[in-house]
Amino acid sequence: MESTTATVKPQFSEAAKAEIARLFEHYPAERRKSALLPILHIAQAEFGGWVSPEVQDLVAETIGILPIEVYEVSSFYTMFNLKPVGQHVLEICRTGPCMLRGSDELTAQLERLTGAKVGETSSDGLFTLKEVECLAACGTAPIVQVREKYYEQLDTPEAVDAMLAELRNLVHRPLLPWEQTGLAHSQQ
Amino acid sequence: MGRKLLTEHINVPGIDTFEVYRKHGGYRSVEKALKTMTPDEVVEEVKKSGLRGRGGAGFPTGMKWSFLAKPEGVPRHLVCNADESEPGTFKDRELMTKLPHLLIEGMITSSYALGANTSYIYIRGELLYVLRILERAIAEAYAKGYLGKNILGSGYDLDLHVHPGGGAYICGEETALLESLEGKRGNPRNKPPFPAVQGLYARPTVVNNVESIAAVVPIVNDGGDEYAKIGIGKSTGTKLISACGHLNKPGIYEIELGVPVEEFIYSDEYCGGIWKGRDLKAVVAGGSSVPILPKELILKTAAGENRLMTYESLSDGGFVTGTMLGSGGFIAMDETTCIVRNTWSFSRFYHHESCGQCSPCREGTGWLEKVLHRLEHGHGHMHDIDLLVSVAKQIEGNTICPLGEAAAWPVAAAVRHFRHEFEWHVTNPKEATRPGAYFSAKAALV
Amino acid sequence: MAKITFDGIEIEVPDGTTILNAARKIGGNIVPPAMCYYTPIKGTGGKCRACLVKVAAGSAKDPRPMPKLVPSCITTVQDGMVVENTTNQSVLDVRKGIVEMLLINHPLDCPVCDQAGECDLQNFAFEHGVATTRYEEERRTFEKIDIGPYIQLHMTRCILCYRCVYTADQLTERRVHGVLGRGDAAEIGTYIDNIIDQDFSGNVIDVCPVGALTDKTWRFKSRVWFTKPVNAHRDCGNPKCSGNVVLWYKGKDVLRVTARKDEYGEVKEWICNECRFEKKETADWTLEGPAHIDSSSVISANHYELPVVNPQVIADLPESSVRDLENNPPLKLGR
Ligand SMILES: Cc1cc2nc3c(=O)[nH]c(=O)nc-3n(C[C@H](O)[C@H](O)[C@H](O)COP(=O)(O)O)c2cc1C
Ligand code: SF4
Ligand code: SF4
Ligand code: FES
Ligand code: FES
Repeated sequence: MESTTATVKPQFSEAAKAEIARLFEHYPAERRKSALLPILHIAQAEFGGWVSPEVQDLVAETIGILPIEVYEVSSFYTMFNLKPVGQHVLEICRTGPCMLRGSDELTAQLERLTGAKVGETSSDGLFTLKEVECLAACGTAPIVQVREKYYEQLDTPEAVDAMLAELRNLVHRPLLPWEQTGLAHSQQ
Repeated sequence: MGRKLLTEHINVPGIDTFEVYRKHGGYRSVEKALKTMTPDEVVEEVKKSGLRGRGGAGFPTGMKWSFLAKPEGVPRHLVCNADESEPGTFKDRELMTKLPHLLIEGMITSSYALGANTSYIYIRGELLYVLRILERAIAEAYAKGYLGKNILGSGYDLDLHVHPGGGAYICGEETALLESLEGKRGNPRNKPPFPAVQGLYARPTVVNNVESIAAVVPIVNDGGDEYAKIGIGKSTGTKLISACGHLNKPGIYEIELGVPVEEFIYSDEYCGGIWKGRDLKAVVAGGSSVPILPKELILKTAAGENRLMTYESLSDGGFVTGTMLGSGGFIAMDETTCIVRNTWSFSRFYHHESCGQCSPCREGTGWLEKVLHRLEHGHGHMHDIDLLVSVAKQIEGNTICPLGEAAAWPVAAAVRHFRHEFEWHVTNPKEATRPGAYFSAKAALV
Repeated sequence: MAKITFDGIEIEVPDGTTILNAARKIGGNIVPPAMCYYTPIKGTGGKCRACLVKVAAGSAKDPRPMPKLVPSCITTVQDGMVVENTTNQSVLDVRKGIVEMLLINHPLDCPVCDQAGECDLQNFAFEHGVATTRYEEERRTFEKIDIGPYIQLHMTRCILCYRCVYTADQLTERRVHGVLGRGDAAEIGTYIDNIIDQDFSGNVIDVCPVGALTDKTWRFKSRVWFTKPVNAHRDCGNPKCSGNVVLWYKGKDVLRVTARKDEYGEVKEWICNECRFEKKETADWTLEGPAHIDSSSVISANHYELPVVNPQVIADLPESSVRDLENNPPLKLGR
């Protein structure tokens, strides 16, 4: 379930397969490629927070498209990590409105506290720092996203400490998205 | 207090559930439309309402709907644009998180009007947690018979799906969004053909913003004429404004179009003034893509009239002295803000988000960013300032999609209204990098 | 049929014709340049913006001008349309801007580039650009890489026209290269180590407007204007291959084999990889005679017009004259 190695061909879990089957229902049969982005999200959650070339090949095979069609897409969208990442990827918004409310200072603070620079992973493997653009939360700036969670108004040292403490204590494997909610709903 | 057509019940506990939403009058528009109106009658009400697209361009929604091609035997689609990524804009996220059923209700009523049997909500990938909220609500709507086959016994079928993006501002552009929904890179398409003729899967498609779709609910409930009574002139109804930056009370405000900008900024009903007791310096009124205006011009038009929160008033004076309502992303900057730094930040955004298909935008956005970076970090020359204007002009109007303009306008406007500040960065290279240095230098002079 | 006026010249073309192709029917200097559009490959065009023109009147029915310049390569004509290209200064100014944009990240290594003489960008810049650049920043660079035994990718030169991607999609069985990344960080690549070796993949070299995709089997690399192009054909067993090629000679040696192109640099008949990469002996071919290279190349202009002599006696043909590129660049195209 952790990161993949080049030698073992990755496989989706049964839960993921069921979720993928549900996704395919959303699009016309000859348009299965439509499910590419959602499946990449599933793959990234399932295989350690990034999509290796092998995982992307698995995605291509699952959909029935060429591997290059997956590479073209995964490299276009910023959410897909194409290199291994730490346990928690801190996505720090750097755009204007967040900058007006202190995102530069927040980034500096996170670099200091984690020992990693933007684009790097901390030596304990816990945190990867990543700068992203506006997360549609400018009213509660500055903000960091970690997986599906938004940490907002990180304009005090206490708020930042609380976030990091919470993440450090998250010892158990974070739940995969489809384990969090019973999503399947009847289409009929 | 202005009327709240969308957010009246937003803080009711449990309003994200079907039961509570229904208790507060939810899904009435679906019943009314499906049981008592023809699709064309629904379109007619939307036309009468004067509703203009809330995603940024402000195109009349009813007119857009009436352009939808209806070839025999070809399915049509309604796609909701929930990509919300325009810096300064965060209204759709709030609406979907707290009132998922409002969007779903709007999607059902609108899909019925357009004759779509499969509709999609394209939500930006970063909002996966909101996607789950929507999926849960959609499951409820299926269970209650508001989605699926033969809705409320009307014979009308609708499937509604939520589709996540993957992190790309450009996918908010409607044709890039459709490409992305087809599982491709988010490269905008050349137009024509327009989505109304060849959209998703080359089928006729309407793309509408979350707020536009939500507004269809009160329009159908109360009638287009009622809706049109709110607002001024061609700016009808209510609008969600995302207020952010240096305000005492940043947040989302549903306003009746026509509120004076000054009141919006300073009154306690809205933003409560500028933080830390400071003075206002400038405002970007409609998301990062629209021209920045200095305090004098955002509060009053060049002719000295009160600037109002309407499409027309904000654009009064064209780009020389005016701006745009855009997406309603209202970014206020206090007197200590460095305009050069802020412009550079926006430029970096567009550089980062250009899809890279067409040469003026691919190369020009990077060029703008680099020159601005140079100026902001004390390595600029005087001729760089005109270079910025010239490069912006080379991009504007010559690209496949409006991201080119979105990248060019903020730069051109910043130079137009704050040239002295750019010049100061050239003549004071050492201080230029220190945030707020320009402000303190100016303060020392007086 | 639709009648349009292009730079003051009237022409009638079938409905559905693009403005660019209508202009090509007129021919000559009024034809807009095209860096990404490629008639035989579906889906190309609309990206580089080199071909933007002014539509001064949309049609006879609706004679209003179009508000923005339009890409002539993908905009279809309407009866009564009035188009301005060389007669409109703003079009020419915008085009200058496009040249500048395309060049800011393009290396200035024409003197050593193997595409020199056949490069659409070089021609485009000579014809429409300005001599100086206002770009002070560093240019983006990439390492050259081999993608398979036949093709070399020099990404630094790429202008992201997407032609090769669509070509591989439409001509080969299994595309392995594409556009990766986005914005000005986008690049042509295979992502993982991969080789392009599908049959017909060699055609990506011919469609590439610049020297980004080149033929690795091009023997004893030589400036193109030192070579002599000769039309030839062979009975290729591959049913999809036309077998109609140009052999590029230096002395008695075939340096490379390409498909035949028209005056706009477009290949009309594709050739297979065997013909292109593996048949480098005169004996493999039936020679037809000197190729008339009518492409708009500034460098090669007037250098290919060889006297028609017995084509079998290749060695007797005079070599084209040499021009000193750096000191004496030809400035105007003589089409
Ligand atoms: C670069 C770019 C980004 C855009 N982003 C969004 C967006 O995030 N949300 C949105 O609703 N519209 C966005 N738009 C506008 C859409 O293209 C489209 O006009 C809109 O979704 C139409 O809906 P409306 O008529 O209801 O406003 C964007 C446009 C461009 C050019
Ligand atoms: S203007 Fe920019 S974002 Fe739009 S298509 Fe061109 S390169 Fe892509
Ligand atoms: S490699 Fe050549 S053909 Fe391919 S996109 Fe680049 S310039 Fe165009
Ligand atoms: S700028 Fe950071 S969330 Fe919008
Ligand atoms: S040739 Fe028309 S846009 Fe490139």
